[in-house]
Amino acid sequence: MSGLVFDALLCTLIGGTAVAAVAGRDAFRSIVFYIVYGLLAAIAWVRLGAVDVALAEAAIGAGLTGVLLVAASARVARLLQRPADARRAADSSAVAAGVEAGAGDGGTGVGVGVGVATQAGASDRSRRAVAAPMRQPDEPARPGRTAPSAGSGSRAARALTALACAGVAGLVALAVLALDPAGAGLSEAVNTRLDIAGAANPVTAVLLNFRAFDTLLETMVLLVALVGVWSLADDRHWGGLPGLRQHARHDGVLASFGRFLPPVGLLVGVYLVWVGASQPGGAFQGGTVLAAVALLVVMAALRPPPPVSSLRLRLALVAGPVVFLAIGALGLLGGHFLGLPVAFASMLIAVIEAALALSIAVTLALLVAGPPQQERQP
Amino acid sequence: MTALSTGVAAAGAAAAAVSPATLYALCGAALIGIGLYGFIVQRPLLRRLVAFNVIGSGIFLLFGATGWRQPHLGADPVPQALIITGIVVALSATALMAALIVRLAALDGRDTLPEDGADSASGTAGGDRPAVQGRADGASRPDRGTHRAGPATRWSR
Repeated sequence: MSGLVFDALLCTLIGGTAVAAVAGRDAFRSIVFYIVYGLLAAIAWVRLGAVDVALAEAAIGAGLTGVLLVAASARVARLLQRPADARRAADSSAVAAGVEAGAGDGGTGVGVGVGVATQAGASDRSRRAVAAPMRQPDEPARPGRTAPSAGSGSRAARALTALACAGVAGLVALAVLALDPAGAGLSEAVNTRLDIAGAANPVTAVLLNFRAFDTLLETMVLLVALVGVWSLADDRHWGGLPGLRQHARHDGVLASFGRFLPPVGLLVGVYLVWVGASQPGGAFQGGTVLAAVALLVVMAALRPPPPVSSLRLRLALVAGPVVFLAIGALGLLGGHFLGLPVAFASMLIAVIEAALALSIAVTLALLVAGPPQQERQP
Repeated sequence: MTALSTGVAAAGAAAAAVSPATLYALCGAALIGIGLYGFIVQRPLLRRLVAFNVIGSGIFLLFGATGWRQPHLGADPVPQALIITGIVVALSATALMAALIVRLAALDGRDTLPEDGADSASGTAGGDRPAVQGRADGASRPDRGTHRAGPATRWSR
């Protein structure tokens, strides 16, 4: 019974943080609530006995997505504040375009520069901008603030929208309640065939053997998404370093953690990949931890990221899908694509997981770092 | 906030049904509603991206909970594997969308879609619609400080 009380409390907290993440006025606050929400959702997954999903949700859903959104929000806020301030200055002096260009160089990035600079990497330009005191005194410097949320839209329209959305949620809830409570599912089908899967962890068996095709396509989706992100680069930056240049004080907190955490993260990441065959863990969870290690080192400005034109980087990106495809093609000899021979299944799964973990780590880190934005050093 | 009260009501209903799996499935249903509301109501694209992620995560929670209706068998591994796949795909989509949003802000000085910006002129100061002269003025774009190309080539790609 106390377990159910805990579950009810957790569900309420998850719902509350989701509302705060969705309906709050401030983009930065909404993202922080989303990260909290992701961590609470990870606890829910543990309660549901899905530890593999909990690891993925905490590492990817809360961790990497959080970093990605905070960085994007800081950049968008900086990009928007400049014209907005310039416009206000232009209004007061009645000289439109000329003043806008001039004022645009001052007064920018104050909020962002103070708040999220080390995280998102304030560029040299915004640092210079901090020195120029053009900001209106009545404009509060709030980190990550973007355009006011929710725009116009009358209260009645919003209430109607809320009602309609509650209706959708209610219908989904009804559909859930209408499910057969003793629904069979596929647990038994998986559990009775675990001995031929080559992995004692049923989730890994499903991911890399029973439904390997899904996983293969998923690694392709990651690559395609990265191609999409890279295609947003400026021509002059193509082949350069991903993301903005990072700055961190050498003896600051970020740099200290950047030196202290990577060995721990490497150990945890490799352990998660290795243990995934028999325990919760696997290439995705371990790869995400390794990606976080790489991102931390880059964000702490300890090492620059590799240029996107690097051949070694490209090889690391495709290693997982290529190894996966090659082993899957070998399965054709035994009858069907991606069919693993029972005698070698566990060894082949270990090989695929190792290659996948490398590719996933590199791809995720590059996805979060964003398109190349620094010119290549000669 | 209606969505939250729905969630609380759903939690109450589930307490009567007494099954953690149902409880979390209903929580997932409420999250879908909450996320959908944010996705419709919010104008800034990053806020919509957060709402999109809330919807997705609600669907995952619902899916995972329905895979746990017979706890003596343990959590069904097939939904778990599909959800892990889904979480990674959601991150890929989020990364691509975030990059597109940043690019839109750099090129056009806006963080909303044009059709949404059109009727939000009544917003507060620093609203989400860029001044018209700003669009023609490449030099005022923050990310373009060292860009050699003039305004004419901004849309050349």
